[in-house]
Amino acid sequence: MNAEPRLLEVRKNVLKQNDQIARVLRDRFRNDGIFVVSLVSSPGAGKTAFLEKMLTFLRCKYRVAALVGDLATENDAVRLARSLAPVRQINTGTLCHLEAAMVERALNGWEIGPLDFLFIENVGNLVCPSSYDLGENLRLVLLSVTEGEDKPLKYPTIFNSADVAIITKIDLARAVEFDEAGLRANIQAVRPGMHCYSVSAKTNFGLQEVLQFFVDRRSEFPQLDPALRSGL
Amino acid sequence: MALEEAKFRQVTIDAVHLDLGPLSGVVAEALLFSYQIACNGTPLEGSRLVIREVPIEVYCPACKTRKTLTSMQWFYCPTCGVPASEVIHGKELMITGLEVRDERRTTLAGSA
Repeated sequence: MNAEPRLLEVRKNVLKQNDQIARVLRDRFRNDGIFVVSLVSSPGAGKTAFLEKMLTFLRCKYRVAALVGDLATENDAVRLARSLAPVRQINTGTLCHLEAAMVERALNGWEIGPLDFLFIENVGNLVCPSSYDLGENLRLVLLSVTEGEDKPLKYPTIFNSADVAIITKIDLARAVEFDEAGLRANIQAVRPGMHCYSVSAKTNFGLQEVLQFFVDRRSEFPQLDPALRSGL
Repeated sequence: MALEEAKFRQVTIDAVHLDLGPLSGVVAEALLFSYQIACNGTPLEGSRLVIREVPIEVYCPACKTRKTLTSMQWFYCPTCGVPASEVIHGKELMITGLEVRDERRTTLAGSA
């Protein structure tokens, strides 16, 4: 004879483990004065090209490094290394997103010294990365002018999890009849008040504004060396 | 997680209840499909996954109250139209309950 079934009340977040590691990472970054920016986008939106430029410009005044996630190959790490910043590749195998534990593992044993900025380039994917906190301070979602103005409406979850939208390849806007106002309206529909920048990593259009935004946000960060707060 | 709970409490799990929000990034159908596969060969084999889909609830700064959104493509207060991006509910991916049977009692009843 079976005992009577009963309902046990529990409240357990399924991603609790990831969230705990992310919280530890975030505390560690804050203590070390590292401002961490993560990048998400669909494959081919231009994360690596954008990041290469960010690293190249920031390197002049700040200590920067990058982690880059891909299913396979070291190609992106090789490209980013051209910026002369320290770069480490995370190969996820078949996994379509980065998790906090992977970031933690990649950082452990990486002798890069003190940092001002760390960038984390996620695997190209607009779905799964939205569920995983990586301990970052700022999450950028990138989308290129070739992807369609309704992308935010199709992938509202990732836009909701991000802090800033970066419209990439703006130099191609005319060729693809890109409707910038339309895209910006869709971004505001799914995430009112979201900061949005239009850039071209090819022509450097708009990059200075984004850099200044990073520097400003970092200066709001506690425990910083005042000498480094002078801007770009 | 449910397995740990089952072991800790020495119970058999008939069903796992889960709250799922549209902003969790997880789709109910995909979860139901993979649940059966993930449970095969574990003490949870044969158990059910009961998903309660949680609507998106935001805080409207103008109405100063919680509002339920009807669309995840429009984060504005449905009453006054003010931008409302402070999400209160909708990101859930949370186990809320377990339907269990007491293992020890079952064993005792069985041996009696």
